Amino acid sequence: MAEQVKLFKTWSTPFGLRITWALQLKGISYEAIDEDLSNKSALLLQYNPVYKKVPVLVHNGKPISESLVILEYIDETWKQNPILPEDPLERANARFWAKFSDEKLILSVWSAFTKEGKEREEAMDASLKNLKFVEEELKGKKFFGGEKIGLADIVFGWLGNLLPIFEEVSGLKLLDDRFPSLLAWTKELSELPVVKYNWPPHDKMIIKYQALYEKFHPVK
Amino acid sequence: MANEVVLLNFQPSPYATRVRIALAEKGVEYERKEEDVFNIKSELLLKMNPIHQKVPVLIHNQKPICESLIIVEYIDEVWNHHSPLLPSDLYQKAHARFWANFIDQKIFPIGSKLWTSPSDEAKKAAKELVENFKTLEQELGEKPYFGGDNFSFIDLALIAFSSFFHSFETLGNFSMEAECPKIVEWANRCLERESVSQSLFDKFQTHEAVLGIKKMLGLDS
Repeated sequence: MAEQVKLFKTWSTPFGLRITWALQLKGISYEAIDEDLSNKSALLLQYNPVYKKVPVLVHNGKPISESLVILEYIDETWKQNPILPEDPLERANARFWAKFSDEKLILSVWSAFTKEGKEREEAMDASLKNLKFVEEELKGKKFFGGEKIGLADIVFGWLGNLLPIFEEVSGLKLLDDRFPSLLAWTKELSELPVVKYNWPPHDKMIIKYQALYEKFHPVK
Repeated sequence: MANEVVLLNFQPSPYATRVRIALAEKGVEYERKEEDVFNIKSELLLKMNPIHQKVPVLIHNQKPICESLIIVEYIDEVWNHHSPLLPSDLYQKAHARFWANFIDQKIFPIGSKLWTSPSDEAKKAAKELVENFKTLEQELGEKPYFGGDNFSFIDLALIAFSSFFHSFETLGNFSMEAECPKIVEWANRCLERESVSQSLFDKFQTHEAVLGIKKMLGLDS
């Protein structure tokens, strides 16, 4: 049977973008379906009944949800250009940092973006502390994965576009020259064709996140 | 090189329990070091897990691995000669990871609100917790284990929290037997495994600890 791969995502989701990168890095043919989350398709609801979210990868009719789960599935199914190392200790380390991105860093940055007053200050402090940990992990390396990008690079990829957009819209200063290794890494990452050609349109992102910011910070 | 395995442990921790079960399933010999997590964290813990400063930490030949499910996958990959914890079929493997992640997000973080949050938040949490158990019950279906005929990753991820079922029911004012009888039946089935019964912390001692936390937070009603 011919391989059939579909990716349900939205034009802006950083979680869907990870999957785009992984599929393209491995040269896998797929069909991309952009969802309108205010009007979710029947297929999406059928494929991800538990969370009703994107991204969802559908491989020969079988759905997989949750971006980190999808990335591991892709890596195990299509062995060319591996995303995860072979050594179990290195794999555990890559998974640790993937989890750190999604459970600590994203949350603290999102809080800094959406909260006000004291909560915002605390979220800023937490974000800077978290960025410092990531900076130290990266120090001396071109990518988290070494010479080539790996799981952690793909998962931290949102630092390359979404974080600067948050900063532009809110005036927050997070990823600056306090974090030279991370800044250098965002440049290296953005040079990769698979990254460069897939960033969602900057202007469209600014409009979207400006509107979201105003929702959280209504002018009194 | 000799295989040196050390577990930085806290017996009541459900996350540490997962690792103890995995090590028992594989028959791995290890040294257990008990951490006094509520008081003073050891220098070893701070050195081995500087970012989260939490247990469990597995130290294998001096190298640390943190985060319970990451540790379980590591154990499965290194001691791969018997008792596989993850399915070999790639789609089933993804399925197992998906549900283990669901359990991580939707059971303890919600359930613990029953003793760490004020009363109206706790009531909401109880309702959400029951819904999440019902979702899990649907996933279990008629299978003896989440993994099918065999105890595996999803079962391991969830059974560690069975020590808290009594606390969930008591503080959440519901009955697990009434709301999700298949989950209760499944938990009792898992308890028949030595790796599980040996590793689980006693539910009444757990409840005492939970009440202690509630009191400490000034949430005594």
